[in-house]
Amino acid sequence: MAYSNKVIDHYENPRNVGSLDKSSKDVGTGMVGAPECGDVMKLQVKVNPETGVIEDAKFKTFGCGSAIASSSLATEWLKGKTVDQALEIKNTDIVSELALPPVKIHCSVLAEDAIKAAITDYKHKQGAVVAQPEAVAVH
Amino acid sequence: MKLPIYLDSHATTRTDPRVLQAMTPYFTDYFGNAASRNHSFGWEAEEGTEKARKQIADLIGATPKEIVFTSGATESNNLALKGIAEMYAERGNHIITQVTEHKAVLDTCKRLEKEGVRVTYLPVQQNGLIDLDQLRDAITDKTILISIMYANNEIGVVQPMAEIGKIAKEKGILFHSDAVQAVGKIPVNVIADGIDILSLTAHKLYGPKGIGALYVRRRNPRVQITAQIDGGGHERGMRSGTLNVPGIVGLGAACEICAQEMPEESKRHAFLRDKLKDKFLNALDEVYVNGTMEHHLPHNLNISFNYVEGESLLMGINDIAVSSGSACTSATLEPSYVLKALGAGDDLAHSSIRFGIGRFNTEEEIDYVGNKVIDVVVKLRELSPLYEMAKEGIDLSKVVWAAH
Repeated sequence: MAYSNKVIDHYENPRNVGSLDKSSKDVGTGMVGAPECGDVMKLQVKVNPETGVIEDAKFKTFGCGSAIASSSLATEWLKGKTVDQALEIKNTDIVSELALPPVKIHCSVLAEDAIKAAITDYKHKQGAVVAQPEAVAVH
Repeated sequence: MKLPIYLDSHATTRTDPRVLQAMTPYFTDYFGNAASRNHSFGWEAEEGTEKARKQIADLIGATPKEIVFTSGATESNNLALKGIAEMYAERGNHIITQVTEHKAVLDTCKRLEKEGVRVTYLPVQQNGLIDLDQLRDAITDKTILISIMYANNEIGVVQPMAEIGKIAKEKGILFHSDAVQAVGKIPVNVIADGIDILSLTAHKLYGPKGIGALYVRRRNPRVQITAQIDGGGHERGMRSGTLNVPGIVGLGAACEICAQEMPEESKRHAFLRDKLKDKFLNALDEVYVNGTMEHHLPHNLNISFNYVEGESLLMGINDIAVSSGSACTSATLEPSYVLKALGAGDDLAHSSIRFGIGRFNTEEEIDYVGNKVIDVVVKLRELSPLYEMAKEGIDLSKVVWAAH
């Protein structure tokens, strides 16, 4: 299978690899996929609770080159966005940016799911802290 | 050392230059039809094919008349299974095979099932071998054929041929073996192994593509097969079609070279394979060898690098030609059914790489491959959330995954 140059670039120089403190209230963690399916993505965002801006994003991915590239790209895009802007990232944006072939579209879907899961987790934590009924704005 | 390095010899092998040299006159000088009986062009061509028949027969302990030429092992397997099922339909309609066979056997069996043949697919044990008691238990008075591969194309395990042959003989059942991965690599003897029908192909043993053979026993018992291709009645009526004379000459030459070089070559391959395996086991944790090493092809290594997905590993070693059991590298998006059959879990199938060492590989290449793979595995594990969780002591089998 031929990979696009952008996929190869993200595979060879993955951005924002690592982990944030998942117990921190400012950090949202999303873990999607399953080992037996051949893809697991962990995506984390660190949000400034005052501004709602994502100040840092990290990922770790078990999966093919396209899955690694999709999550690496997602962390790049997340930084500097507000949590609400982050929720607007669509898998199709990832597909076109990385020129993913049809068989790899599921990698982009997984990345979108990981973003949503991370932000949901963050909102849960914030909800718990300020004792507001959670998920009001989310779902 | 030249890149890329070819380490996929279970898929195919480079034609040995000596084989090619033997073939070339049969394209241009001795181009006759081996079935032409009335002129020297035909006789020369026939001389070439008959010499090859002997070279092939000698490699597997058969006689030249027991060799039927085909286009390759897929055709040989089709001819064996369909030809036996049809010829012996009156005696019974039950075939026993196993789950880790090549698709050329499994899909042929599926076809036969649609036509009313009953097929038992024996499971394999975690070591990749069938359980002989399960084989015995599967036999009925309707069983006409046992078809078990000699050595597996993915995990390299060698099935207990002689024992299976003995069971088949005791019960008066024919025994077919797809032996493409074994012939020319380890000693194969149809008498000692009790094999009645055997499939082989040239391109796995340094011969050309598009030519193979089916060994069909002529004595004790005399095996009969219903032809699946109709025509001029070539190959004692079992396979019509003008003989591929250059290919046949190439197959014969390849077999002769294998027979001569096997003792040294298999030792050299096993040395290189073990060097590679030990390098991985010493440098990395959570590495699992698939298939028992006790009964194993000398040139095969199938290994799972846990927590690393196979395709991403291949991407990092793109100057090395190997195969992965990962779903992402297959057309079906399913991980290797052979590795799944071992019961090791899909995650280990996704993490597996098959190395197939061949005649033209050097120790320098193996050292390069070992280092390169280790570097990439280490890098990908730093990227792997699973490796991180495992290091934190989380039991991944107990995690509830948000699977798709």
